[in-house]
Amino acid sequence: MSQALTKPIQETTTPPQGRTKYSVSKLLGRLPLWILIALLLIVVLYPLLWMLLSSFKTTAEFNTGAFWTLPSGFAWQNYALAWTSGMGTYFLNSILVVFPSLFLVLVLSLAASFGLEVMKWRFNNVILLAFLAGIMIPAQMILLPLFTIYFQAGLINTRWALIITYTATTLPLSVFLMSGFFKNVPRTVIEAAVLDGASIYQVFYQVAVPMVANGLITVGLVNFFFLWNDLLFSLTFISSDNLRTIQTGLLNFAGQYGQVDWGPTFAGAAIAVFPTLAVYLILNQQVIKGLTAGSVKG
Amino acid sequence: MEVMLRDRKAILAFVGPALLIYSLIMLVPIAWSLGYTVFEGNVIGGFQFVGLHNFAAIFSDPSFWQAFLFTVKYAVVVTVGQVGIGFLLALLYALYLGKASPLIRTLVFFPVILPTVAVAELFKKIFEIVPTYGLVNSLLHVAHLDAWIQPWLGQGGSAFWVIAIMDIWRSMGFYGVLLFAGLVDIPGEIFESARVDGASGWRLVRAVVLPLLAPILFSSFIFSINGTLKVFDTVLALTNGGPGQATTPLTLYMFTTAFSNGQYGYGSTIATALAIMCLFVTLLIFRSARQDVG
Repeated sequence: MSQALTKPIQETTTPPQGRTKYSVSKLLGRLPLWILIALLLIVVLYPLLWMLLSSFKTTAEFNTGAFWTLPSGFAWQNYALAWTSGMGTYFLNSILVVFPSLFLVLVLSLAASFGLEVMKWRFNNVILLAFLAGIMIPAQMILLPLFTIYFQAGLINTRWALIITYTATTLPLSVFLMSGFFKNVPRTVIEAAVLDGASIYQVFYQVAVPMVANGLITVGLVNFFFLWNDLLFSLTFISSDNLRTIQTGLLNFAGQYGQVDWGPTFAGAAIAVFPTLAVYLILNQQVIKGLTAGSVKG
Repeated sequence: MEVMLRDRKAILAFVGPALLIYSLIMLVPIAWSLGYTVFEGNVIGGFQFVGLHNFAAIFSDPSFWQAFLFTVKYAVVVTVGQVGIGFLLALLYALYLGKASPLIRTLVFFPVILPTVAVAELFKKIFEIVPTYGLVNSLLHVAHLDAWIQPWLGQGGSAFWVIAIMDIWRSMGFYGVLLFAGLVDIPGEIFESARVDGASGWRLVRAVVLPLLAPILFSSFIFSINGTLKVFDTVLALTNGGPGQATTPLTLYMFTTAFSNGQYGYGSTIATALAIMCLFVTLLIFRSARQDVG
């Protein structure tokens, strides 16, 4: 499955329409298509554009203006208010749990996939399957025991609870994707390195890992979106306001300001959206490739 | 060479740490959850053994069945919506767009990556009625369809559709790209010869595209059902399960049962029922994946 999807998407050639000159009737014939595309883009892009514009509206503008009225100016105070009344803390909290988790899961899944895919031993396929099984398990299935463990260990309301959970729950998909990348590393390269007298750890670090560097980026991106957008674990393990992550924080923030003060609410939403949007603007092709390869997660 | 790749210490060093964390944080809790299903109580108040009482309770619990029905209805509607629209998008990308295709694909894909809560705040506003009309009610007002103006999120029936529309909006571009990748794999000559034979439009789609795309379409349906059965974030952020219990899926019912009511045993039983539903779908996935890869 993933093999079929991770290979680069090639362009199809447009159906041969005959290279006639652009005539009026042909342009008119294409008109329905362009209208359809325009509608599609409006449906997809307008809501987000509206959200970004609305984050600059004042409360008065929300209450009196029509839905589609543009903001009269840039009410930056919405952002200042959102950032200082919680969103800033939530944003930093998310960074402090997401990036350590990303680092851990990348290191662990790199090593494990190398061990499972390149090393030769008896139970590697069984262990790989055991990892894969984790992709389908609903998070609700591990939630209560984890809460119990963290409660007993005094980890509830600490960043550790999230870092540990994030690392473990992203492992199955990461191992699945990573071992796919290791499968494509030519065995001859590894054999050559071994014959040159490198130790197995050197082979791993100096030969194999650089060859799956692209895969590393892909897996990192996929996990970034899963973790940045996590709601369930953060909701379960964190109740203290100054440790909340961006999603639960925004939920809480919108609960306080929403419907009363939409400006700061949308400024808060924009703050939550911004990192995902920035990553997507720069790396959209890798993101698309990675997320579709991870489609088994549903 | 062989000796080195069979080095047990090295294998343990590579696989051990990941396997340990995975086992402790996922495999053990799964077994533990299954254990909870024969108990009543919670971590703070203590546990009591109740045998199969929790499983029996499911059958006479109307709330469970309401959540079950909501979950299944949601999974079916959203799956048909996102895979169906995704299929139409894939056709648009592959057959009509030409050079503009990569740009449009990238733009339509992007809602997938947005945080759910932010999108939910946006949709709340779009479907708002008080204090001011949101986009939908404003458009209805402009179109003089004032009779249709309603509190979309305040009624179970319409709230279901808002939830479904939001998730279809978010994921249609994802399935568009997934199915597009399948379409591109169809050799161009097949299209050519079908065209020579006079097939075009809907006939081309039905006679050529659908049969060749069947395996990946089927996989998409399974992935989608497997994902939508676990819906949680969207519902929590949009309606929190309300009004009443009208939009509560199994995941949220499990969450409130366990954490608001402190019933870990019954919560785990609901989670197990959900896992069994997912497992059932997963078995189908592996069968379809095998057909796919060949």
